[in-house]
Amino acid sequence: MGCPVFLCPTVENGVFLRIFCYGFDRGKKGCFRGKAQGFMLKIGMDVGSTTLKAVVLDENGKLLFKQYRRHFSQITEKIGEMLREILSCCPEAAKASFAISGSAGMGFAEEFDIPFVQEVFATKIAVKQRVPDADCIIELGGEDAKILFVSGLPEVRMNGTCAGGTGSFIDQMATLLGVTPDDMNTLAESHTKIYSIASRCGVFAKTDIQPLINQGALKEDIAASIFYAVVNQTVSGLAQGRKIEGNVVYLGGPLTFLSSLREAFDKTLGLSGVFPENSLYFVALGAAYSEDTKVFSLADLIEKTAHYEKKGEYLGCAPLFASKDEYDAFYARHHKEDNLPLAALGKDRRAYIGIDSGSTTIKAVLINENEEIVLSSYQTNSGNPVPIVKEFLETVYTTYPDIRIMGAASTGYGEEMIKNAFHLDFGVVETMAHFTAAKKYEPKVDFIIDIGGQDIKCFQIRHGVIDNIFLNEACSSGCGSFLQTFAGALGHSAEDFSRLALFADKPVDLGSRCTVFMNSSVKQAQKDGASVENISAGLCISVVKNALYKVIRVSAGESLGEHIVVQGGTFLNDAVLRAFENELGKEVIRPAVAGKMGAFGAALYAKEQAKIKNLSQSGILDKEGVRRFTHTVQAVTCKGCTNRCKLTVNLFDGGRRFIGGNRCEKPNEKKIVKETYSLWDYKRELLSGYSSFEGERETIGLPMVLNFFELLPFWHTLFKNLGFGVKLSPPSTKKLYLAGQNAIPSDTVCYPAKLAHGHIQALVDEGVKTIFYPCLSYNMNEGLGDNHFNCPVVAYYPRVIAANTAFPADVRMIYDDFGIHRPKDFVKHFHAMLEREFGGISLAETRTAVNAAYAEYEKYMAQIREKGEEFLALAKEKQLPIIVLTGRPYHLDKEINHGIDDFIKDSGIVVLSEDSLGNYYTKRRLAVLNQWTYHARLYGAAHFVAEHPELNINFVQLVSFGCGVDAITTDEVRRILESAGKIYTQIKIDEITNLGAVKIRLRSLFAALEG
Amino acid sequence: MSEEIKRIEFTKEMKETYKILLPNMLSVHFAIISEAFRGMGYDMELLTTCDREIVEEGLKYVHNDTCYPALLVIGQFIHALKSGKYDLNRTAVLITQTGGGCRASNYIHLLRKALAKAGFAQVPVISLNPAGLEKNEGFVINLTVIRRALAGVIYGDALMLLANQTRAYETIPGATDALLERYVTLTSDALRRGKLVSMHKIKKTVKAMVKDFAAIPLHRTQKPKVGIVGEIYVKYSPLANNDLEAFLHSQGCEVNVPGLLGFLQYIFDNNIQDVKLYGGKKSFLYINKLLRRYLARYEKVIRKAVTKGSDLFCPAPHSHVRALGDDMIGLGCKMGEGWLLTAEMMELCESGYENIVCVQPFGCLPNHIVGKGMVRKLREVYPNANIVAVDYDPGATRVNQENRIKLMLSVARENLAEKEKETV
Repeated sequence: MGCPVFLCPTVENGVFLRIFCYGFDRGKKGCFRGKAQGFMLKIGMDVGSTTLKAVVLDENGKLLFKQYRRHFSQITEKIGEMLREILSCCPEAAKASFAISGSAGMGFAEEFDIPFVQEVFATKIAVKQRVPDADCIIELGGEDAKILFVSGLPEVRMNGTCAGGTGSFIDQMATLLGVTPDDMNTLAESHTKIYSIASRCGVFAKTDIQPLINQGALKEDIAASIFYAVVNQTVSGLAQGRKIEGNVVYLGGPLTFLSSLREAFDKTLGLSGVFPENSLYFVALGAAYSEDTKVFSLADLIEKTAHYEKKGEYLGCAPLFASKDEYDAFYARHHKEDNLPLAALGKDRRAYIGIDSGSTTIKAVLINENEEIVLSSYQTNSGNPVPIVKEFLETVYTTYPDIRIMGAASTGYGEEMIKNAFHLDFGVVETMAHFTAAKKYEPKVDFIIDIGGQDIKCFQIRHGVIDNIFLNEACSSGCGSFLQTFAGALGHSAEDFSRLALFADKPVDLGSRCTVFMNSSVKQAQKDGASVENISAGLCISVVKNALYKVIRVSAGESLGEHIVVQGGTFLNDAVLRAFENELGKEVIRPAVAGKMGAFGAALYAKEQAKIKNLSQSGILDKEGVRRFTHTVQAVTCKGCTNRCKLTVNLFDGGRRFIGGNRCEKPNEKKIVKETYSLWDYKRELLSGYSSFEGERETIGLPMVLNFFELLPFWHTLFKNLGFGVKLSPPSTKKLYLAGQNAIPSDTVCYPAKLAHGHIQALVDEGVKTIFYPCLSYNMNEGLGDNHFNCPVVAYYPRVIAANTAFPADVRMIYDDFGIHRPKDFVKHFHAMLEREFGGISLAETRTAVNAAYAEYEKYMAQIREKGEEFLALAKEKQLPIIVLTGRPYHLDKEINHGIDDFIKDSGIVVLSEDSLGNYYTKRRLAVLNQWTYHARLYGAAHFVAEHPELNINFVQLVSFGCGVDAITTDEVRRILESAGKIYTQIKIDEITNLGAVKIRLRSLFAALEG
Repeated sequence: MSEEIKRIEFTKEMKETYKILLPNMLSVHFAIISEAFRGMGYDMELLTTCDREIVEEGLKYVHNDTCYPALLVIGQFIHALKSGKYDLNRTAVLITQTGGGCRASNYIHLLRKALAKAGFAQVPVISLNPAGLEKNEGFVINLTVIRRALAGVIYGDALMLLANQTRAYETIPGATDALLERYVTLTSDALRRGKLVSMHKIKKTVKAMVKDFAAIPLHRTQKPKVGIVGEIYVKYSPLANNDLEAFLHSQGCEVNVPGLLGFLQYIFDNNIQDVKLYGGKKSFLYINKLLRRYLARYEKVIRKAVTKGSDLFCPAPHSHVRALGDDMIGLGCKMGEGWLLTAEMMELCESGYENIVCVQPFGCLPNHIVGKGMVRKLREVYPNANIVAVDYDPGATRVNQENRIKLMLSVARENLAEKEKETV
């Protein structure tokens, strides 16, 4: 033998290993053969997004050599090294056939004219050879997920441009939990329950996981939930209606190393998948097996790679600093306070504590009576913020035994829990905390931008109050933790990585989009030979662009403000700061405690409130209290209502507790407003009056989806009057969604549409034989716009259902195109349908029923408008604030709105809907083409809000992720509101079930209303 | 931002002194048509820029979730207006407006908003639409304009069809493109002078085209035959689809891009269908049928010339495509590319172009329905259909798109090899 078994090079480099290498001790690598023989060997290489894998086969397909290592984007060098290894191990490979696969290898293959085998195709070839009886292959890679159906109608599916649920995703999630993926695997083995986590992309998942962490859910359960999320993503995103069954093969890094992930797949699919030997090398094997190979002299190739000069052909931007002088000036400006000593506690020993329990980090600050920082801490929360706060308090009490803490406040995602756990005096919404802190550094501050680990927050300040808030929404990540993840993936610490960026000569132009897109942009840059320096600088610039153009949406020349304060951990990175100044063409202020501004603000807030409330001392746990402090977690299912929320109950010593995971405030029995006024509740109540019933004729199934949330009174009455029975699909739940998810053909369509598949399935399961779900290009004409269309998805989703549902033979779905906007013609066409499908119903009978249906619909809409008038008068009388919560009729669905309306209502605010104001608006001239019925109401309601400055009324618009038409409405509604000086609040919603970010946003809005 | 944006009409006086900028959707067609307009007294210029800054400008001035075509078209205009090449007080821009239930009907408003935001509020925006949505005194669509533009569409469609077929197999590299170039110049010059517009002349010219293209020496090999369908701008514009045609060509494929004439007929189909499904005036129905028949006559010209004058392939008549669409998805589905997209995929499958790239902007609503939404049903009818859906947007990278297309091509080559085996 004599050939060494190579250790994973990353271990030698002492770099923290993630998904692709942490299983290095599993299976033997290197060379497996004896003597040289006289035939052509076959070399296959797989250049993935992070690793390089190589195999050498002999003529019988026997594996002579296998090896993998991370390539740190130095693809040419690493391939050269790998070839040298192969040559030293198998000298007779001096001349061998060679093919390359893997997306990052495309550039190399082109450059050196080596045959390239598309990686999915390579997998297919390898499986054919090694697992001939496979029916289906599931392969997860670093940044991609694939399903191949081999038997039956062969099909290959790859994840689209928007896709989580891959190796990098698992990596990111592990980082969030503060463990390695391997640990996560072990943790998941002993889970007891599964939470629902969105895995469409990292941002969504984080918003689901973070609250779980902050609420104290067990890491075991979170870890397992993450794996199940990956499974769901793969099944819904890729199977697209096709059932995964038979002999299923698991391939790729994550599935190779993570047994818990395989188990999650097994359980979900209800089968036992095959996990073949060398599952990591299948793509490389496929390249080797491929017929499309060419013979090369390895020595030649090695020679060529050694002399290969990278061509910097990627798109670049200007360097961050044009000269050393520029850098020195920049450094002097921003680092002057670096080495200032911390202040001391005053003689009075009085102090105030502020704690910011953020999404990934926890910050704590102790200030003295002069509002100077005495002590501070900044740490990652490692999945559980509680012990870190405890430690901080211990330090405080040991360092200052005679301290008199006068007030303490918490802020951030974990505000409530920390407040309960340590008995703090106050909680403050994080936007207010940041504003309070920023004022301390720049009293004239008019714009604050905070880029943290997971989120971007910006506030515009006008006349001393927060006037406008921008938060990054579902699909616009590119925050701090993303830089960290990339640093890790390229083999650097976050600090080194940012330092490299400073002097990059030609930063990669990566655009401004979400992490998943960024991954592939980086891949492209790697392919084009960009250096790590330039990639790092490019990433920093893209973070800034993302914040400016995606979140705040500034246009060139538009000024954010005159006095800009930047903060948040990400701005501690000088390259990000510089990129921001460059992009704005303006100097900004970065406070010395930029990373701890939330905590600092909370401390200032505590001081202010303590003075107002005249506290004689803070209620925070004293030294003894901290010593006695205990914390246990229980998982329970809430039985307070039908939502059956999965709760995490945190128990602390002395009977203090905090409950998380709930949608409503019931479990925590906090301030619940007795009298609530919500038009959303009223609409649901009205709709619940139209329930299922039996008729003389057969029963028609109606799916409670999309436009049925408004047209139910119409169709219900119509069928009732014709003597049919009606069966409604049950209320939406996650379970109902999952039951239909394998039929979803387009993963990027909005959640309300995706839910439709589950509703149809539910109707079928309940034994309904006829489902009625019509296509409606046009909606009712309310005379409010230039036309009265439905959006394409609402109009034609029935067609998608019909084309992608495997209906039993005896079930029919009626999905004709109808024009309810023309009642007279509608009668005729509807009658024709009845004749075709059922027969025996006269035109006159149909006409009567149709008339009744229109009347019922009118009545329903009129009731809503009357209630709107009533609530409006009531709000005026009782001087209650009003929020017009708008969106689409189907946003009434609690599975879609996640209880946002309840949250507003429970805060003592009157909730109206756009259609409830119908008596107050008419057709208006707009700057856009106003051609959708639902949208016209939005514009109408916005005008109403804009034109009633005397009312305490505000406008909040719910937007479903992926809604193309709302790109138009949101801009126009904003224009209408802002022209009247009103605040516009948009909330993007998707499958995400937690309300953390939404609550912050709404609470900030409430705070602004009060201020 | 606070002011409502005023529409500036393109007046008769402006016609004399203004330059009109035209976005580049179809390189061949629009090159010819813009010349036709020049001949009618419009100083028209086709924007062929493809700089990276176009996307940047689009991102700056258009809502980032808006569809990619709007972002590109608007970005391209603003990029041009900022270039300093044009007198900003003597320049107008032209944009097409379809007027359906798709958000694309709103492009023109987005464009006005963006221009105002970028400080070009004085630039008039001309709407080119079949629905009479907006009128301009200085830009009147009369019969002369329609006939000349239509002639441009016919020549464009014919040239695109022929060139794509011969380019894949030519023995002398560049022969096809040289001939294409010659004909673009020839027809452009003619249309500018108002020549080659009559039905008779069109017949003659297309016949000559077919003859010349058929004479290009070809070496017929087995190549994957790939069709492109999708959202209309991304389908045709090299700027939007990262020059998809050229990429497929470089990968050794024969490419087929269904022409523009089908889409024009589809617009009238929808008007007819609206009356059928929902009721409406008889006269409206009649006019639309008449117009559709008028277009069908032109289509027949290409058909006849190709089938009689060569052994090259000619796609089925639109009436057949319509029938296919009616079977699979129903003609009521009319927003965006609507049923036509599904029907074109079917027609491609029937004609041996069963490898299909379906392109769409990320978040394009109609495509959820008529593209990805119909693939499953389509494959039940055409089991050989090998379809890849590719999303295009400012964040999507070429490497990812090409990788997915390469996967489709691997399957195509495999299918091709199997077919060869069978025939042997």
